[in-house]
Amino acid sequence: MAANLPTHSQVQGGIGVTEPSTTHHDEHLHHDEHHDQHWLFKYVFSQDHKVIAKQFLITGIFWAIIGGTLSSLFRLQLGWPESTFEWLSPFLGKWIEAGKLNPEFYLALVTMHGTIMVFFVLTAGLSGTFSNFLIPLQIGARDMASGFMNMLSYWFFFLSSIIMFTSLFIETGPAAAGWTIYPPLSALPQAIPGSGLGMTLWLVSMALFIVSQLLGGVNYITTVINLRTRGMSMSKLPLTIWAFFLTAVLGLLSFPVLFSAALLLIFDRSFGTSFFLSDIYIAGQALNHQGGSPILFQHLFWFLGHPEVYIVIMPAMGMVSEILATNSRKPIFGYRAMIGSLLGISLLSFVVWAHHMFVTGMNPFLGSVFMFLTLIIAVPSAVKTFNWLATLWRGNIRFTTAMLFSIGFVSLFISGGLTGIILGNAAIDIQMHNTYFVVAHFHLVMGSSAFFGLFAGVYHWFPKMFGRMLDEKLGYIHFWLTFIGVYLVFMPMHYVGIAGFPRRYYAWTGFDSFSQFADLNKFISAAAILAFFGQFIFIFNFFYSIFRGRRATENPWNSTTLEWTTPVLPGHGNWPGEIPAVYRWPYDYSKPGAAEDFIPQNVPYSQTQSSNLPYERDTEE
Amino acid sequence: MIALGILLVLVLLLVVFGLLFRIQILTSIFSGSSAREIGTSNRVNAILFIIFMIVGGAAFAYSFIENYGKMNPPIASVHGFEMERLFWTTMIIIGIVFVLTHILLFVYSYKYQHKEGRRAYFFPHNNKIEIIWTVIPAIVMAGLVFAGWKEWTKITGPAPKDSVVLEVMGKQFNWLVRYPGRDQKLGVVNYRLIDATNEFGFDLSDKSGLDDFVAGEIHVPKGHPVLLKIRSRDVLHAVYMPHFRVQMYAVPGMPTKFWFTPTKTTDEMRAQLGNPKFNYELACNQICGRGHFAMKLNIVVDEPDDYVAWFAQQKSFSEQNPDVLANFQQKSDKLVEKENASAAAAVVTQAAKASL
Repeated sequence: MAANLPTHSQVQGGIGVTEPSTTHHDEHLHHDEHHDQHWLFKYVFSQDHKVIAKQFLITGIFWAIIGGTLSSLFRLQLGWPESTFEWLSPFLGKWIEAGKLNPEFYLALVTMHGTIMVFFVLTAGLSGTFSNFLIPLQIGARDMASGFMNMLSYWFFFLSSIIMFTSLFIETGPAAAGWTIYPPLSALPQAIPGSGLGMTLWLVSMALFIVSQLLGGVNYITTVINLRTRGMSMSKLPLTIWAFFLTAVLGLLSFPVLFSAALLLIFDRSFGTSFFLSDIYIAGQALNHQGGSPILFQHLFWFLGHPEVYIVIMPAMGMVSEILATNSRKPIFGYRAMIGSLLGISLLSFVVWAHHMFVTGMNPFLGSVFMFLTLIIAVPSAVKTFNWLATLWRGNIRFTTAMLFSIGFVSLFISGGLTGIILGNAAIDIQMHNTYFVVAHFHLVMGSSAFFGLFAGVYHWFPKMFGRMLDEKLGYIHFWLTFIGVYLVFMPMHYVGIAGFPRRYYAWTGFDSFSQFADLNKFISAAAILAFFGQFIFIFNFFYSIFRGRRATENPWNSTTLEWTTPVLPGHGNWPGEIPAVYRWPYDYSKPGAAEDFIPQNVPYSQTQSSNLPYERDTEE
Repeated sequence: MIALGILLVLVLLLVVFGLLFRIQILTSIFSGSSAREIGTSNRVNAILFIIFMIVGGAAFAYSFIENYGKMNPPIASVHGFEMERLFWTTMIIIGIVFVLTHILLFVYSYKYQHKEGRRAYFFPHNNKIEIIWTVIPAIVMAGLVFAGWKEWTKITGPAPKDSVVLEVMGKQFNWLVRYPGRDQKLGVVNYRLIDATNEFGFDLSDKSGLDDFVAGEIHVPKGHPVLLKIRSRDVLHAVYMPHFRVQMYAVPGMPTKFWFTPTKTTDEMRAQLGNPKFNYELACNQICGRGHFAMKLNIVVDEPDDYVAWFAQQKSFSEQNPDVLANFQQKSDKLVEKENASAAAAVVTQAAKASL
């Protein structure tokens, strides 16, 4: 099995004889001929997209542990609001006051949990990992268009991570105005201490994060457009690449708007401008700010914020499409419809942002328009779901761990997506806005399902990343624990939301209206904490398998896409010889007449006469 | 000591877990099951999906029915009933889709699990099917949008002329309430005039503010439209009244509003729920700082006669705070001459214009 693998140096040495596809690659190849790179440049300041992908992944795992820990802490408070948590004071120090969690720290926990999970785990960790890893491998490129920019993208993210992490430990506490950092709360340290240094660090960190995203995004787009191998037309791209490509476009167009919002907020905080502040009397003092609008900030924020949820979910959609097809041994159903719906979602995601703002005092007519546009976006999402179901139909399904997580993804996406129809309806949103119904909705549809996409991706591409397999049995346990856990947490949360429980509440004990469901909240908390601990099975499996997992073969899943034509551990440059040319679409699974149940993309039609459809013949120039 | 013991137990557990894991790997290599591409686990997972669907579905249905009574806050406003109908209609529609798609997902997973020698059905696309499942959701959505839009425009439309008007102002961390008094006009306020006594920032040089009164809780008459004018004086807050299905942000520098018609008095609701301590509550629903979770105000819905009686008993702010009023009078006395002068000038100009 592992006997005939080319060694690492053979792989790299082979690159020299390759016919370069672009002049840019020439430089790379030239560079690689003297490949005795210092370890610092090989593993740390690496320009190899595969190493950068792993850096994103491991940083993302680190952040996920932090984000999960924070949620366990605030779920303790919500489940047992009357209890004392003296035993936490060795970890939390002064944030435990006389055995009780400090309410401001509670808000900081909620804020940082959201920020970390949305941006650092599901944006950088998910898209950063797989866009980097898969784009060059699946389109047949030696590396990204600019390896240097790609490296910078990671190191800006790293710097941003360091700053955000530092903010967790400062005297006044981290940012605590919610992950949406609505001013004036986020602008005024008098209003909440977290809006002092904590908020400054948040803004600086996010500015660097945006730089990282833009560097990455420009690179992904350029690479997909310019560096596709011979024959790889846009209509032969795997759906993963379509998803990453459109995700990058969304990010490129929307992150700058968040940057502008952050910049104006910095101005308001530090230089006395009034973009978002007006008529404020706080802490015994009337402030001089006049004429600004806090609602303007919300428009700017959600202009990013809404595409952001698609930035999070689309890469997962792409990977799930790929994994479902591979493991059903069937072409993805409606390849063109899948691309069309991705395009539709991308386009519409820019014109639905104000559905987060139905009850902010925005003009009701605007509300009507955004309700209309929001409910349209349900249509392409529905099409995707039906196509996934049709892909399973009459397949020959292998339940690899990745496949389990992909099926789980579809289930969570349906469950969470459907409640979006309720929230997108302005009339109903009057009651549901900012309740736990919203929390349950987005944790299912973009939180959990994006996580499932991430897990599916890791289980599926781990062999290509590390040359070894993840343990399947541990994977099964991990999947079932997580799948059941997620439903146990978020299904009951809908009930709490329908009852009107507001989010970001330290305790509901002050209100008679929100006094029911104390038991249910305990149940949710217990399930959430257990599900969180279940994730350590994955973490163990991940690190154990990097070093001691079963050795992988070149194409362990009998998949059709180009990354599986590389050696078990592709070196810098990906293919030791010439880059394979592409002749067919990526989903020739179980084609009638074919010898095997899969035909890789690089097999010409001339070699598969028995299975060719009437219109399929090589159009080689 | 106990902590050390717990730590020791945890470490031992981890070691045991690690050993078991290692043994499991070695046995699977020994038995050859790790080399097989599709093992028995494939069948186990397929069956687990079916079990998950049945047990999970049953548990969900059971818990939903069990909690249904607790999850609906009793409704006490006219539009609340409409909104509730819209909500549960949508819930039923999405409930049907939820059940059907999940049955397909799990049954397909089970039914089409890997079988040796079988080949998947090569079925890459079918435009007719794509069109069907694009058009049907589109039609359903159109229906929902239309129903929602009709309701939304009704709720957010202009308040009836005879509405009872009152103002709610959010601050860290409670709510202030102001009524317009007998003249039905809320006087001018200015955030720069706010201090410990003048919490609203009354500008008492405005005559229409003289009879305004502040109240410790909200009183509204049953069966009358009520127009809430909403403000904030520091950070964002949101007026959230779950029983009336009312929610609107309180935004510093930008007054907002919401109108509704209460349908049940507090006493009627107490009788209906069999809870003599019941109160309608106003909660803050936009993160606003340390005391966010405790920012509460009681709302009393009275019979119209009781409301009128309550209203008549209230003393205006200016009456209760004569020193604040005196302050304004002193200031305005100084201004009177100037104003008179400019008013005279205006009269002259008007006269001049008229003569043209």
